[in-house]
Amino acid sequence: MAGGCFLYSESEMGSASVSSSQDDFPVHVLAVDDSLIDRKVIERLLKSSACKVTAVDSGRRALEILGLGGESINSVSAFEINLIITDYCMPGMSGYDLLKKVKESSTLKEIPVVIMSSENVPNRIRRCLDEGAEEFLLKPVKPADVNRLRGHARTLQPTSDCTCDDEVASTMGRSLSLDRRRQLSRTFFS
Amino acid sequence: MEVLRLQQQLIELTNSLFQEGFLDDQFTQIQMLQDEGNPDFVQEVVGLFAEDSERILSELTKALEMEPVDFKKVDAYVHQFKGSSSSIGAQRVKAVCVDFRAYAETENKEGCLQALQQIKQEFFAVKSKLEALLQLEQQILAAGGSVPMME
Repeated sequence: MAGGCFLYSESEMGSASVSSSQDDFPVHVLAVDDSLIDRKVIERLLKSSACKVTAVDSGRRALEILGLGGESINSVSAFEINLIITDYCMPGMSGYDLLKKVKESSTLKEIPVVIMSSENVPNRIRRCLDEGAEEFLLKPVKPADVNRLRGHARTLQPTSDCTCDDEVASTMGRSLSLDRRRQLSRTFFS
Repeated sequence: MEVLRLQQQLIELTNSLFQEGFLDDQFTQIQMLQDEGNPDFVQEVVGLFAEDSERILSELTKALEMEPVDFKKVDAYVHQFKGSSSSIGAQRVKAVCVDFRAYAETENKEGCLQALQQIKQEFFAVKSKLEALLQLEQQILAAGGSVPMME
């Protein structure tokens, strides 16, 4: 039975149950939305699901944070972000544009991107999924949606952050190198 | 007992807000996000909604006074308003936004002006009811009671 490091892969494969040790996995989400109210709500939703959150108001700002915008002042290392959740309709750079930029970047393309929209437009949804979005959520986002998102979050955390239970640790070996974890996660996610 | 009376008032106000369609389930979701670590969450969201809405209403009023009217701009503002009202669960405001967008799309100035009036009415109505709700909660807490959880 896979332990804390691999449970999101179970949910990726459609397992209905969410194990409590999945909550031990530290997920840092970059949330992008031009609406102040929506930012506040999504931040609270994510935090109450034990995620760490960085919330920004534009795609441009998001890319700066991820180190793509030119200046990297106060940028969070791209490796710290496990998931990007972005609104679709934003002035300037849309969520779709941001998605494209992330997927075109060799350093960022592994980061799962989830799109949110208040409008249910099939073409829009298809475009986003085709461009590599993990999921398309209709607003307002629900706690159940957020719980499910943890399953999309990638692991690139060093093993010291991992709180696998002892049974797993002894079976799988307590120290998994970053490369090995990436290899395993690719196997599960591909 | 004062607390009991206040709690009763709160229950009645809350029930009517949902029954009359001012609020929908999304507001309940917002309430559920409030906890000991975030005791003012609802108040903060309501405050942001009020501020943001007043800004949008002012912009909409100006936009509809322009000659000629930039309907794309009007639509963009209404879209924003629809989003924020949806996020807080202000159902009736959201419903008027839907109609408003239809008028903007067909470039119907009269329809837009009517919708603007209606939206102002709905917004101010829900705003004052939400403020009353929050005030009752504060009074209950100040009197040493706890805020009843709605099913």
